[in-house]
Amino acid sequence: MSHFTKTFSRIFLILMAVVLLPAPLLAMEPAEIIKKSQAAFYEAGQDFQARVKMTLTTREGQQRLREFTMLRKNDMAGEQKYFIYFHSPGDVAGTTFMVYKYPNRDSDRWLFIPAINLVNRIAARDSRSSFVGSDFTYEDVSGRPLEADTHKLIKEEAVNGRLAYVVESVPKSAAEYTRKLAWIDQVTFLPLKEEYYDIQGVLYKVFTAGEVKEIQSLSTIMKRTMENVKSGHKTDVVFERVQYNVGIGDDLFSERYLRRPPEKWIK
Amino acid sequence: MKYRAVLSLILLLVTPAPAEEIALHGFVQGNYAGRVTGEVPPGPGGGDFLLGDERFQLKLAASSKDAGFFLKTDFIQDAIARATDQEVREARLDYGSGAVDLRLGRQVITWGVGDLLFINDIFPKDYAAFFSGRPLEYLKIGSDAAKMDLFSDFVSAELVVIPFFQPDRLPSSQRFFEFDPFPGLPHTTEEPGAKFRNTELALRLYRDIHGFDTAVYAYRGFWKTPAMRPDNPLLPTQVTLFFPRLAVYGASTQGNALGGVTGLEAGYYDSLDDRSGSDPAIPNSMIKYLAGYQRQIWNEFTAGVQYYGEYLLDYGAYQDTLPSGFPAQDRLRQVLTVRFTQLLRYQTLRLSLFAFYSPTDQDYYFIPEVRYSFTDALWGAMGANLFGGEKETTPFGQMDKNDNVYVTVRYEF
Repeated sequence: MSHFTKTFSRIFLILMAVVLLPAPLLAMEPAEIIKKSQAAFYEAGQDFQARVKMTLTTREGQQRLREFTMLRKNDMAGEQKYFIYFHSPGDVAGTTFMVYKYPNRDSDRWLFIPAINLVNRIAARDSRSSFVGSDFTYEDVSGRPLEADTHKLIKEEAVNGRLAYVVESVPKSAAEYTRKLAWIDQVTFLPLKEEYYDIQGVLYKVFTAGEVKEIQSLSTIMKRTMENVKSGHKTDVVFERVQYNVGIGDDLFSERYLRRPPEKWIK
Repeated sequence: MKYRAVLSLILLLVTPAPAEEIALHGFVQGNYAGRVTGEVPPGPGGGDFLLGDERFQLKLAASSKDAGFFLKTDFIQDAIARATDQEVREARLDYGSGAVDLRLGRQVITWGVGDLLFINDIFPKDYAAFFSGRPLEYLKIGSDAAKMDLFSDFVSAELVVIPFFQPDRLPSSQRFFEFDPFPGLPHTTEEPGAKFRNTELALRLYRDIHGFDTAVYAYRGFWKTPAMRPDNPLLPTQVTLFFPRLAVYGASTQGNALGGVTGLEAGYYDSLDDRSGSDPAIPNSMIKYLAGYQRQIWNEFTAGVQYYGEYLLDYGAYQDTLPSGFPAQDRLRQVLTVRFTQLLRYQTLRLSLFAFYSPTDQDYYFIPEVRYSFTDALWGAMGANLFGGEKETTPFGQMDKNDNVYVTVRYEF
């Protein structure tokens, strides 16, 4: 064998190795996976509209229902605006809630209470607070800054036949959890499953994605569950009438429409 | 009569209407409050109970693209008054198009950033309801008004025209102990008549300034709590309750700061019928101001504090003309408030405390409450209104004997 062919076959072998190695593991940084996952999960489309049904179930089986319309619009520089109109239960029907979410500072939150026609700001420091009494926190509903955690790719694993990256996220400062494992679909980048561990390293909360549907060619989780495995309390969420890029105007996210939510959007 | 009203509402619902959306909500509520001081006001209305009523509220809303109406009516069975009653709490028509919204009819309007402290919110309030433990929404009374909203990117405006005067509802001497400088004398009330020149005007201009919701206000109308004038200052035989003219100019701002929500508000109260401050029957012109701050301390626990002041502008004239023997108000009345709220059990259980304390009047008012949602439809609340103070003549001190415990149970649909 000539010197030339030797060198050539060595190069060939290296090339083959590069090609045959699990490509995604090489191609993607864990933080990149989480970033893409957040984009698919919290930021899909220019805007978003859905009717959301939340069922809260206690260990004893008692159920409560929260039904609301959720509108989201992505703004420039990672800012987002949310508008939520509650249909039920009766004591909050007609209440509207608005959030301006910023990448690097506390959100602005407003609540409109129809019984006294009052628009009020709400203190919003703690994103770990439960969202409307469910097992989802504000952070679970609208996302957590990418830089708040250190991300590590642990392995790849299939969940219900879908190949997923398993990424471990450890908060840099005190958070709701001390460790989170997320199974992220390698094709859609939606989270298929998440496990939250507390300060003792014990699993306490599990997120599971149910039905996933293509809506306007954007993969959307239509059913999801967050279960507190310690307390036995769980929250099932069903999205209905999901639409993207419906052309929600910036003016919707204002005091005017907080007080008088337009019929067109909240149905 | 009222059953016919209910029936026609139901008929309205089953009849196909041109409106796109019709919604019917409401509740059935029991509300009971008892005085716990063991003292009973004299007279036929006096008793241990401050509240004993069941009410059925219907909320009917309809809306199409640009227009809508809303009707909120209470049907009440009052066991203390031994009477049934009916009250239209709101009845309004809405129209909105382009940059203009119009609202006509009885409506609740709430302005300002204070928490149970009101400066630029000059709309009528029901303190009798509040002091006896009715749910918060009963603190506000609807105004029979026309309101126009104008929206623009630069500034938005809200103009309210109130042709029909509605005073604050104050605790009655039949059900409450309270300070009366003219005890035993007959009182007659003179409300401003429904005349064009008595029409009240209120204006709010607002916009966002660097993330702060900022507003300026102007109002021309009347004091909502009555002033008292005896027919003869030395030997009074009769007292007239009346509502002097008032103008208010103010501003407020509220936004995220210092890790919580911070608010500031101030107002100049121009007592138009006594600008010199020399009429002891009419309140002095004054400056009112407040600073508030609320934040989450830990998970599901929120704390709020406020500092409030009322500064009399013609105090010299007030002192000079105050009849001898009358309790003098301080030049600067100050009030501190705190609010603590803890949510538990997936926000179905709420523990809260609101406290007023005035270091100048040396009086206080505490409202502890426990509220529990048994189901999505049924909730109950139990709480207390606890008053006290050094003197029987100060705002909360005079209520000392009215400490009460209340229970509210509501089924909402």
